[in-house]
Amino acid sequence: MAIKIKIEFLGGLDIISNSIREHKVTVPFEEGEATMKDLINWITKNIISDPKDIPVFIENETVRPGILVLINDTDWELEGMEDYVIEQGDVFTFTSTLHGG
Amino acid sequence: MPEIIQKKLKVSALCELCHARKAVMKRPKNLMKLCKECFYNVFETEIHNTIVSNNLFSPGDKIAIGASGGKDSTVLASVLKTLNERYNYGLHLVLLSIDEGIVGYRDDSLATVKRNQKQYNMPLEIVSYKDLYNWSMDEIVSCAGIRSSCTYCGVLRRQALDRGAEKLGINHVVTGHNADDVAETVLMNILRGDINRLESSTRILTDSDNSPVKRSKPFKYTYQKEIVLYAHYKKLDYFSTECTYAPEAFRGTARELLKGLESIRPSCIMDIIYSGEHLSLAPKKKKQTVAYKNKKRIEQEINQDGSVKLDTKPKTNKCEKCGYLSSNKICKACVLLQGLELNRAKVSLDSNSAIDGAAKLSKTLEGLSF
Ligand code: SF4
Ligand SMILES: [Zn+2]
Ligand SMILES: [Zn+2]
Repeated sequence: MAIKIKIEFLGGLDIISNSIREHKVTVPFEEGEATMKDLINWITKNIISDPKDIPVFIENETVRPGILVLINDTDWELEGMEDYVIEQGDVFTFTSTLHGG
Repeated sequence: MPEIIQKKLKVSALCELCHARKAVMKRPKNLMKLCKECFYNVFETEIHNTIVSNNLFSPGDKIAIGASGGKDSTVLASVLKTLNERYNYGLHLVLLSIDEGIVGYRDDSLATVKRNQKQYNMPLEIVSYKDLYNWSMDEIVSCAGIRSSCTYCGVLRRQALDRGAEKLGINHVVTGHNADDVAETVLMNILRGDINRLESSTRILTDSDNSPVKRSKPFKYTYQKEIVLYAHYKKLDYFSTECTYAPEAFRGTARELLKGLESIRPSCIMDIIYSGEHLSLAPKKKKQTVAYKNKKRIEQEINQDGSVKLDTKPKTNKCEKCGYLSSNKICKACVLLQGLELNRAKVSLDSNSAIDGAAKLSKTLEGLSF
């Protein structure tokens, strides 16, 4: 029905979401069914304020290389990446590694 | 405090080093899964090994950390402090920052450096373009336009860092350049066919004729991803806003290519650095011309860029205007500034408004022809 989660944009990536770093949101997904892939899709439609910023976040239908993704503070590469199944209370952190030296 | 409610962990989710805690990250270098503690340990120890095996420092050295407030230099300051204490390097560490004079960007990032100064308990020296050159980047951009901003900024920064270091009596500046940066530079120099730079770009320590100050990169073998993770887990205070004059996006750059390659095979960053280090380049050919002076035959060496080598000891050459070491009569910074002064004179005729901070002014000014 709906899953409550937190989404964070760090390391300068908040430029794609009106400079808001932390988003507490309820996503209209069925728990146990929705994956990271659905969430990424949802983010591009509901959080990214300007459609022309979508390529800053997405490349080849996944998160752009150069953006570090953490699921509950764990590298998403250890959590199945796009196939991770979303749970209540999850925290998703997207950090740009490209911004500012 | 350990978390009270813990999901049952599969063995495959455990750290591959201690086999006790949950792995939180996968190392790009070797795909090893590590817990936080083991990651910190491996990260710091590798940097320590790099420092030791390259003899970067000697006890008693005064070292300036080129600090921008960004993630790389913030992590560098933190790690060097940790290692200096852990292994008794005996270093005196100082933060050295450049204030380019970019309102809304550098003033905010300098605030971060000032907090770092307290957090790490290190002295901080700030050198500003305005003080050194009587031009801030904002003024330069409003005069010369936004497109060449980074060219100016780069030349001025190099000299500013040297001067800042000299002022502090320091002859060694460490910078936060990481493995991704080095690999990117190698790629770029290969694409451009720039043999001279290719050789120097992979060096961990550069000791140039044109600078009295050594530069080194203790993060030469450290992945950007790990630097960002380290900063994140350690909750380090860094600044990540992009400079107002930074070139648009990251599309089509060598960095873009590199990040794409890395997502397919993360070790490629190390491989590119390794290739850069091991390319064997044909020895440089020096053209010789013979000039006759007082009927005495003297040989002049011609550098690859076409200039003539005047002296066998270029270290004695100084810029006629500012006294900075230079292989030409006038150093690059002074050449750029001279060009700007000409424009400033004309600008002030055309416009009475004070040139301050606003990059938007450059739009109007770009319309004028100089
Ligand atoms: S992006 Fe360009 S103008 Fe801005 S600080 Fe860097 S070099 Fe200077
Ligand atoms: Zn461990
Ligand atoms: Zn000069």
